[in-house]
Amino acid sequence: MNKDVIKHVRGETFFIDDFPVPEGTLYAAVFDSPVAHGIIKKLEVKKALESKGVKAILTAEDIPGENQIGNIIKDETLLAESKVEYIGEPVAVIVADTPENARAARSKIEIEFEELPVITDPREAMEKGQLIAPPVVFSSGDTEKSFAECDTVVEGRVDIGGQEHLYLELQGSLAIPDDNGGVKLLSGTQSPTAVQRATANVLGVPMNKIEVDVPRLGGAFGGKEDQATPWAVMAALAAFKLKKPVKLILNRQEDLRMTGKRHPYSADYKIGLNEEGKILAYEVTYFQNSGAVADLSSAILERTLFHTTGSYFIPNVKATGYMCRTNLPPNTAFRGFGGPQGMFVIESAIFKAAKELGKSPWEIQKKNLLNEGDYFYYGQRAERVNARKTWDKAENIYEFNNKLKDVEKFNTENKILKKGIAVMPLCFGISFTSSFLNQASALVHIYTDGSVGISTAAVEMGQGVNEKIKQVAAKVLSVSADRIKIETTNTTRIANTSPTAASTGADLNGNATLLACNSLKERLKKHAASMLGEEDSAKVEIKNETVLHNGASTKIKWEELVSSAYLNRVNLSAHAYYATPDIYFDREKNKGRPFAYHVYGTAITTATVDLLRGTYEIDEVDIVHDYGKSLFPSIDKGQTEGAVVQGIGWLTIEELVQNEKGKLLSNTFSTYKIPDIYSVPDEIKIHFLEESENPYGPLKSKAIGEPPFMYGISAYFAILNAMDSFVSISLEKIEAPLTHERVLLKIMGAKRG
Amino acid sequence: MPEEFILNKKRIVTNFNPARSLLDFLRKEEKLTGPKEVCKEGDCGACAVLIGEEKGSVVTYKSVASCIYPLGNVQGKHVVTIEGLTGEDLNFIQYHFAKEDAAQCGYCTPGYVSSLTAYFLKSSQYSIESAIDSVSGNICRCTGYASIKRAIVNMINEINSAPLRQDEKLNFLVRQKIIPEYFKDIPERLAELKKAGDTKHEKGTPIAGGTDLLVQQPEELTNKQISFLTVNKNSSIFEQNGEVVLSADTTFEDFGESTIIRKYFPDIDETLKLIASPLIRNVATIGGNIVNASPIGDFTIILLALDAKVVLENKTGEKRTVALKDFYKGYKALDKSSDELLTEIKFSVSENLIFNFEKVSKRTHLDIASVNTALAISLSGETIENIGLSAGGVAPVPKYLTETASYLKGKEINNETVLKAAEISRSEILPISDVRGSADYKKALLGRLIEAHFFKLFPQFLNAEVLL
Repeated sequence: MNKDVIKHVRGETFFIDDFPVPEGTLYAAVFDSPVAHGIIKKLEVKKALESKGVKAILTAEDIPGENQIGNIIKDETLLAESKVEYIGEPVAVIVADTPENARAARSKIEIEFEELPVITDPREAMEKGQLIAPPVVFSSGDTEKSFAECDTVVEGRVDIGGQEHLYLELQGSLAIPDDNGGVKLLSGTQSPTAVQRATANVLGVPMNKIEVDVPRLGGAFGGKEDQATPWAVMAALAAFKLKKPVKLILNRQEDLRMTGKRHPYSADYKIGLNEEGKILAYEVTYFQNSGAVADLSSAILERTLFHTTGSYFIPNVKATGYMCRTNLPPNTAFRGFGGPQGMFVIESAIFKAAKELGKSPWEIQKKNLLNEGDYFYYGQRAERVNARKTWDKAENIYEFNNKLKDVEKFNTENKILKKGIAVMPLCFGISFTSSFLNQASALVHIYTDGSVGISTAAVEMGQGVNEKIKQVAAKVLSVSADRIKIETTNTTRIANTSPTAASTGADLNGNATLLACNSLKERLKKHAASMLGEEDSAKVEIKNETVLHNGASTKIKWEELVSSAYLNRVNLSAHAYYATPDIYFDREKNKGRPFAYHVYGTAITTATVDLLRGTYEIDEVDIVHDYGKSLFPSIDKGQTEGAVVQGIGWLTIEELVQNEKGKLLSNTFSTYKIPDIYSVPDEIKIHFLEESENPYGPLKSKAIGEPPFMYGISAYFAILNAMDSFVSISLEKIEAPLTHERVLLKIMGAKRG
Repeated sequence: MPEEFILNKKRIVTNFNPARSLLDFLRKEEKLTGPKEVCKEGDCGACAVLIGEEKGSVVTYKSVASCIYPLGNVQGKHVVTIEGLTGEDLNFIQYHFAKEDAAQCGYCTPGYVSSLTAYFLKSSQYSIESAIDSVSGNICRCTGYASIKRAIVNMINEINSAPLRQDEKLNFLVRQKIIPEYFKDIPERLAELKKAGDTKHEKGTPIAGGTDLLVQQPEELTNKQISFLTVNKNSSIFEQNGEVVLSADTTFEDFGESTIIRKYFPDIDETLKLIASPLIRNVATIGGNIVNASPIGDFTIILLALDAKVVLENKTGEKRTVALKDFYKGYKALDKSSDELLTEIKFSVSENLIFNFEKVSKRTHLDIASVNTALAISLSGETIENIGLSAGGVAPVPKYLTETASYLKGKEINNETVLKAAEISRSEILPISDVRGSADYKKALLGRLIEAHFFKLFPQFLNAEVLL
């Protein structure tokens, strides 16, 4: 049982908006741009300043340091200066006695623009030369030569929609000025150091004057990796200027309007196969809809390129990626971080190629799965490959052939309803692809009563990282997990934190915790030996809170050992540092070994389409997943189920709608629909792959956060398979999400011919 | 007049603005942070709390979305938040959630506990299906609902069916550790509270459930005088001279629970599931749905097909009756003066009435429709004797499909008739493209839903292959 859940069910967990605020706290609201592209001709706040309860209105001019919060590329202002580039771009911060009064003053700010043309489509941005960074090309082999030798070459286009994170906890922060000329921040961020760095930069103070504390997040999914920063910096700016605590919590419409989403992609592909269905060559060009500024787009595009070939070995590959600048909020990290888009395109290409070859997609998929020792096209050798193992296992235990027969039988017997099936093999690389981020540290204190406090860089956001770290420490120290408390994530305790992202939270911080606990354990064993008059500490062990001597229990229990160690001046605190070994990437050649390891798995999904109404249901998702040696099976299972459903949502019902002026129309819970309890499959079966070991994970475990998201791709193709069994559906342009609208119009269009 | 009610164990007297949401009062004034603000439009359930109301000598409980529940509606009632459900040990629901790790980030969790508590209080026949329906308005972004469903299945498997008598039921639920002991004293304590008077002729902007007004105009309302029409709700549904008569304050849930309604609409549970979650069904009124004049309101579309009439009453008590078909004059424009209140809704029923409701939206359940349509029909043999047909999302007003209906009347049901009817329906509508779908889609969809009505009700007369 995850002990965190006990607080949740009691309603006692504190999130940012739940903490008691200090006396005299003021509240901030953001005034944002109503136009998507324009030059600011006039900005007048005088009337708004007279509005009830308003204490101050801060604009770019009030920034004491640099008006710059860009993370990878320095192209993002905190508050707009002379122009705006998307609707929702922050222009001013209103500070008032209540949040209601701060918001009420918004309509009194006068602003005028010279409006400029608005681009929302990435291909249009590309044509107009609006690129955020130069294109990136990854390749191996010789595609051109290979295509000439292929029996079948298929081309097509794919358009993939974005996805709103819809974390339930809204973005927000509480900033409290301190007596050192700095600010202490309570922030809902996945990246405490990013907030600290940006705040220091904007306030013009050194980083050591900014303390960022993160208690936990009410969901994030990548949406609080880079985009929790602006709100924290704004609160800090207001607190710094007014010398008062300032709280800034976005409301839902603001959050939806002002923050970026998963990147929509448009892509052109060309795939070449021989007559047996072996893929020989693959070319793809990605047009990433990056939004107005860089944010994390370059790293996301890179991960798309890394996952271009999915779970398959393809000898000749060329992939080109463009970061297209559009007048939309900066699109950002979201579970999978570009990987899902890359995998969706290759699966689309296979689906279309299979149809042209008169084969089933799964036949082609299976034939091309990665094998041990194959090379990924970016130069990494595939090791401990479980692609085929999970595929075969899934085929076996879920009786794939019977499923196919059932689908066929159902489709002969039913006229209005048709079933479809799809398989999704998964291969996802683990490590930040910016190699330097793969470092972490842990600070472990054993208190004199035997209780343990652990600080790491990991941010708990529902993924269960705290419980996993607790497990690692409990196992190494051999104490009950109940003795261990995982502290908030805090930049004064753990400096220079990498974001809790890329599924690496438990790996990096778990490994650092393991190292710290090991050194504490060694010190305690040494002390236990001295208590026992034993010279060789190797003869002493700590097991289940008891000291063993030559394998036999002694009377010395954990509490006595710790207390005695303290009185004898043994250091009961340890700080340890971990950096993932064996990883590198050469950005000149775009070759290297960027990932410590890969996560594998296979999902089989069936869906039923109502041809008359154009609606569908996802019936079953059956998964075999490679967890390594799971640190916490119930947490890993929960992560898998949640990720699958989020992946299904992305490609089916979740549709972001903007108008031509760049205004988000699906800007509420009632217009942007995520899966509810009725729209999920009745059962998601999960089988933990046996015999998988991972030398890079703490206690041989594997990362879990992102990979299962991509099983959702099979839901798309199961629906498409069902539609195609009724009438041949055009695959010239494969579009996601496959909304009810698209299903009906595609069926009716195909029927008309 | 200050609001007076019981919050968990505590008696509250407050002058907090009654037009503001109950959630604002709980979080800002009482510092109860268990209920969360997430969507502020009743669409996620993270703010769910229980409302207990006196019904005779007992108190009945329901779950509501506190973010859109006006504080003014709590007068004389019992409000229960997660804090009021949590004791020293985990209660039954909490225990089962914890056992299955059915929470990840934890933000939605208190809302689930509240919704399920209301369910156990309200229902006597517990089933997995109905328990899941009780949390259908609660959105979780982390779990994919699988662990939540497991927890619910375990609860239902473990609990016995509850006694029917409400007073015995409280004891039962206390024994089952679903509610704390103090609930037993609430009926007596509520009886001592001051009750709201008759609000029908009060001055001010009238609000019934407020489930749309608090979403659309939360700030405007706080500056207005409000008359809370349903604070003393006494809804009634009765049959008279071949007509069903509903008081305007009938909630969606009252409608579904009425034995009269269930007699004529055996599929009402399925229909209600498509329309709204219990959090909304418990509060939203049918009168409110009608005067809100959304061109897509599900209940309006249903009543339109039933050729309902509405009764309007002005301040001096004068009444007039208008056919619902004639009530809508344009987008959000009604045949109703500002001093009139809609008080009753009536529609004719007969033994051979056959009814069907079709709705397609982005998400199948608990979403606003792309297109919805209702059909009320009676046959003589294979011939259509009487027909009412309506559609939403296809015009500036809830649309009665006059031409399609008059074409169908007297016709035999066969492929040709149905396809022709679908074609006519597409020609008499003028949908717009919006976030719920393109105009072309809505046209195509309405045609298909007309076909779906007939295929669902009379498959024996039709050939699916021809319809597709």
